[in-house]
Amino acid sequence: MSELTVETKDLNLFYGDFQALKNINFKAEKNTVTAFIGPSGCGKSTLLRMFNRMNDLIDNVRIEGAAYVDGIDVYDKQVHVDDLRKKVGMVFQKPNPFPKSIYENVAYGLRVNGYTDKGFIEERVITCIKQAALWDEVKDKLKKSALALSGGQQQRLCIARALAISPSLILMDEPASALDPISTAKIEELIKELKKNYTIIIVTHNMQQAGRVSDYTGFFYLGVLIEWNTTINIFTNPSDIHTQNYVTGRFG
Amino acid sequence: MQKRKIIVQNITFSFFRIVSFTVVGILFLILGFIVIRGISVINWTFLTAMPDEGMTEGGILPAIVGTLYLMLFSLLFAFPIGVLSGVYLNEYLKDSFFKRFIRSMTDNLAGVPSIVFGLFGMAFFVNRLKFGDSILAGSLTLALMVLPVIIRTTEEALKSVDDSLRIGSYALGASKLQTIRKVILPVAFPNILTGLILSMGRVSGETAPILFTVAAYFLPRLPHSIFDQVMALPYHLYVLATSGTNMEKSRPMAYGTAFVLVAMVLIFNLIANAIRRRYTRKSK
Repeated sequence: MSELTVETKDLNLFYGDFQALKNINFKAEKNTVTAFIGPSGCGKSTLLRMFNRMNDLIDNVRIEGAAYVDGIDVYDKQVHVDDLRKKVGMVFQKPNPFPKSIYENVAYGLRVNGYTDKGFIEERVITCIKQAALWDEVKDKLKKSALALSGGQQQRLCIARALAISPSLILMDEPASALDPISTAKIEELIKELKKNYTIIIVTHNMQQAGRVSDYTGFFYLGVLIEWNTTINIFTNPSDIHTQNYVTGRFG
Repeated sequence: MQKRKIIVQNITFSFFRIVSFTVVGILFLILGFIVIRGISVINWTFLTAMPDEGMTEGGILPAIVGTLYLMLFSLLFAFPIGVLSGVYLNEYLKDSFFKRFIRSMTDNLAGVPSIVFGLFGMAFFVNRLKFGDSILAGSLTLALMVLPVIIRTTEEALKSVDDSLRIGSYALGASKLQTIRKVILPVAFPNILTGLILSMGRVSGETAPILFTVAAYFLPRLPHSIFDQVMALPYHLYVLATSGTNMEKSRPMAYGTAFVLVAMVLIFNLIANAIRRRYTRKSK
């Protein structure tokens, strides 16, 4: 087995009395794409948000068990949450660029993490915009506002922004659900490209998308990771009836 | 049926239109009245000279300068404190009894009549802290008066910033303080300025809070320090209109003073609006 980026052990998460995640045991190897699928409210986004502790922002959350990123227990008291989030980039459902210039959007993560060397920042910004397949479209207007970009361009900018802090893991929460088919195709192409350097977990409602971009797929239902296997197996030979019904579109 | 719907709609909209025009009309009536009566006495001497001959001659320079000082110092106190309080209330304080308590107290404070602030200012700043009748005491009193306005507009401005920006910033490893400083405040800034504009109008126009704390009836010189008394436009207007030595001759001076006061507030509003617009455009 190759190197692990993500691992959870008997993970339970409660919002007050409601148990949103039940006994999750999950692993993601380095340089793979894992897709989380399942009906709304099944816990897949909640699990995604475990890995950079975004659930901290919600009141009344209780967690049992453990989650590891790069072998580090994310809820270890020694681990500072800001340092954890440097290791984990996140891309959201709705593109959320800051109302700053394109350049500053990508530089933001570096600046807040204490990088001040102008040459280094500039080099990172350019590299990341290139990696996010956005360079040709924005190279002449890096000083222009990010809000002037189209939705698809904004989302790729948000990906570039996440790459700038050199994370080992990238979390994507339905990154293409607010985009048109062409932009979606570009994002998917990008995900396959990014896999070479990063580990990616993507939550998606689009089954075809999961099939196209991911190596592994986990199916969630009512807070339980019902089935988790290679994407081919999940889609062609699911072992659980719920999974089969879901991937064939009979429910969900 | 369809026709009836259209008629009802037209009548309703016409009513709305009349109401809006009435409001605007009244505003222009007041402004027009002041401009017509006041503009004839406006000249260079009026703006730059000391009052003379029992305030029937000369100008209103000390009152203009006094009001400018009061605006400057009161906002110097109120703006930072108000904005920081607003940030604390909206960004740091979780919903709790304490927060609701502070908020309702802030609202109550905003509803306190300005004369009560004046009385408090006199008792506390003038007498207790022994500032005497001074720019300092008057500015602090005015600052207390506009503090709730600034706090609430700051809070509302921050509340209107989309949460996705906060989350996006945290996800990049930014701390809460960095997020507030680099993302939230710049986005909210144009709306925070609205609070500042409203406050400037109130500070320059209120008479009651300065009555017992700073305003001089007649002081034909410019202030030497913040412990000096000053004349101020609203109070000077009141004096000219009610208790001059020669009412007939000081009446036009009163209109002139009103004109200057209105013009000053308008100019500051325009400046603040220009800043706001530039800022909004820059971040768009």
